[in-house]
Amino acid sequence: MVTGAAVATAGLSVDYGDGPALRDVSLTVPAGVIGAVVGPNGAGKSTLVKAVLGLVAPAAGRVALLGDRPQRTRHRVGYVPQRSSVDWDFPADARDVVTMGLYRELGPFRRPGRAERERALAALETVGMGHLARRQIGRLSGGQQQRVFLARALVQDPELYLLDEPLAGVDAASEAAILAVLRAERARGKTVLAVHHDLGTLRDYFDWVALLNVTLRAQGPIDAALTDEVLADTYGGRVPLPPRGPARAAGAGLEVAPAR
Amino acid sequence: MQPLLDDVAFVVTATGVLTAAAAALVGSVLVVRGQAMLTDAVSHGVVFGIAATFLVTGAVSGPVQLLGATAAGVLTVVLTQALAGSGRVRRDAATGLVFPALFAAGVLVLSLFARDVHVDTHTVLLGEIGFVWLERVPLLGLEVPRAPLVLLGVLVLDALYVLAFHERLVAGSFDPVHARLQGLRPGAASLGLLVLVALTAVAALDAVGVVLFVAFAIVPAVAARLVAGSMVGVIAVAVAAASAAAVAGYPLAVSLDVSIGGTMALLTAVPLAAASAWRLARSSA
Amino acid sequence: MAAGAVLLGVTSGALGTFAVLRRQSLVGDVMAHAALPGVVGGYLLAGERSLPAMLAGALVTGLVAAGLAWVLTHRLKVKSEAALGTGLGLGFALGVVLLSYVQRQPGAGSAGLESFLYGQAAATLRADVLVLAGVAVVGLGVATLLFGELKVATFDPVWARARGHRVALLDAGLTGLLAVAVVIGLQAVGVVLMSALVVAPAVAARQLTRSLGAMFWTAGALGGASALAGALLSAATPGLATGPVVVLVASAVAGLALLLGPERGRAAEA
Repeated sequence: MVTGAAVATAGLSVDYGDGPALRDVSLTVPAGVIGAVVGPNGAGKSTLVKAVLGLVAPAAGRVALLGDRPQRTRHRVGYVPQRSSVDWDFPADARDVVTMGLYRELGPFRRPGRAERERALAALETVGMGHLARRQIGRLSGGQQQRVFLARALVQDPELYLLDEPLAGVDAASEAAILAVLRAERARGKTVLAVHHDLGTLRDYFDWVALLNVTLRAQGPIDAALTDEVLADTYGGRVPLPPRGPARAAGAGLEVAPAR
Repeated sequence: MQPLLDDVAFVVTATGVLTAAAAALVGSVLVVRGQAMLTDAVSHGVVFGIAATFLVTGAVSGPVQLLGATAAGVLTVVLTQALAGSGRVRRDAATGLVFPALFAAGVLVLSLFARDVHVDTHTVLLGEIGFVWLERVPLLGLEVPRAPLVLLGVLVLDALYVLAFHERLVAGSFDPVHARLQGLRPGAASLGLLVLVALTAVAALDAVGVVLFVAFAIVPAVAARLVAGSMVGVIAVAVAAASAAAVAGYPLAVSLDVSIGGTMALLTAVPLAAASAWRLARSSA
Repeated sequence: MAAGAVLLGVTSGALGTFAVLRRQSLVGDVMAHAALPGVVGGYLLAGERSLPAMLAGALVTGLVAAGLAWVLTHRLKVKSEAALGTGLGLGFALGVVLLSYVQRQPGAGSAGLESFLYGQAAATLRADVLVLAGVAVVGLGVATLLFGELKVATFDPVWARARGHRVALLDAGLTGLLAVAVVIGLQAVGVVLMSALVVAPAVAARQLTRSLGAMFWTAGALGGASALAGALLSAATPGLATGPVVVLVASAVAGLALLLGPERGRAAEA
């Protein structure tokens, strides 16, 4: 596995009861990129995120997160889960949720005080939600909720941001705000890896990509990795394409896995 | 025939079997649809109907009671859906709010106004299967105990309905892709099922009370679902398991001198254990 | 008697907050019904009417039933409602059998046991209030001490785990707190209706508050008030069980809050 990478997996396989979710994935995400993981529904993208965080146990293979075992380093990761993973009918305002990002720092017995609330407010202002800090989260729009989740990650000052479909179903203003923040964080030397749902905006928003459909189809800088063949292979269904020789793509700095 | 109908052991056992079978029949459909706890809500809700009908008509049994109690059972579910549908309360909390309130109201009315009458709070909760042979009605020149007679009618009704509509009622439940689309299934067939569940709960009340009805409805069905792969298979296994528990329960309870209904319900754990063991052995093989 | 009612109402109401937010209202129902064999078992083991023994028994069998439901769901792929119903049905059936066994025994001790079905607040002895106070202190104490941790584990458990919070441990703790919330009220409200006292105050409080802390204490206050009102009303009418009255009061409060509560009540949306 490559050291110095933000995320590295070697031969990662994850099984769910009714079949493999991931098979033999060897991924290397370099530090400092704004990377995307794309693939069709059921490709295992969310599973990959969970495996990288050590939230699901691999059936085979290894994962290195920030150069070490996930259980040791994941608190240094700003995880932004899918909005649907939470019941937004919870009694809390935006500031409350962002403040939760600081609870680990405080430890199990200390209560958040004014200092913490001000840090939370600052994070909300960064995502353009300062004026909605006291709004109940159930009354926020999808995009606003997504920004609250991002602010919760911001407040941790993590080295790596791991986002699961952060732009899905999000209004234009929120999308712009989220992207601005991610770019700013990358400029500060952080790494961003997001499961992304929209191939159309891939090139505009990201500079690195991994194409996944249970197995890893390709990974690398966007300009090189996003070829028609690779897309067809990833999204095209069950018809396997003839294997591509590695030599053809090597010059572009791209690593292509043979089609299965 | 009459000597058989006068034999306490026979009547009690038969009542137990009929109760268990009817409960398992409707319970199977609900369990497969992922609505098992509906039985809990409905069987508690019917008590409100019994109390309300008694207040209004003074009737303690008979068709009016049957109607009123069944209606209350259906009302319980309708209210719960409405509350959950309002978005202010989640489904589980709505369930846990509506049926206890209705049940409490029913119990309150019964204990205040029906003190000297046959139906009381103890019977409603636990049933009195040991005494079902007391109340009889004349039928075709015989003296037939009322409770098992009603249960027989309900069982036949349940069986006819379920066997006629089971495909529509559990469409998609056995298909893993569609199994996710469980939940509310509006439609006449579902409403009919709900009415029958309520009716069965009312009929079972005399015999085993509200909570043991839940045991008979759910446990055999869970066991059956572990071993059978089709709706008809689940029903067959569930009814058989429930009946066996009832048959074995009577002599066991009598010899230990404990609650008959309770023992019958408890014995449904045996088929469940067997089915679980079989399933676990199969999946690790 | 009034002190006992307030203690149990506040504790179950407040701790019920987490149950409702975690969508575990029905787990509370299972624990309550399955507490019956534990209550009887505790009595049998202690040889006399000993509240600590009976509550301990209730706690054990309630958790076992919940555990059975968990095993059915996770190891045997049984749907969660069906698994819960199994725990409830079998637990209560066992309780009924044990209760009938005790009732056949000579001696009047069993009279105290029957009151666990629908509850009898008037039967609370002075010594019982101490036991209840102890349980309340432990339950509320743990909840307030670890409030922040419980909050993240309830709101976003997956994120919390990734962040490094010990979610598995907190989950177990929350289940334990639910068991405490259920058990503390069994003597006064009974096994059949206790779960409603865990659910109704929290539902009411949700309509009236904007933060978890406020919801927690409001639910406690409403639970305590409902239990007190119910206990006093039922004591005033001889032969009336406490459980149904308490539950009706608590449900009425919840109904009012749902209709009028500012946070999400109809008035706000009109």
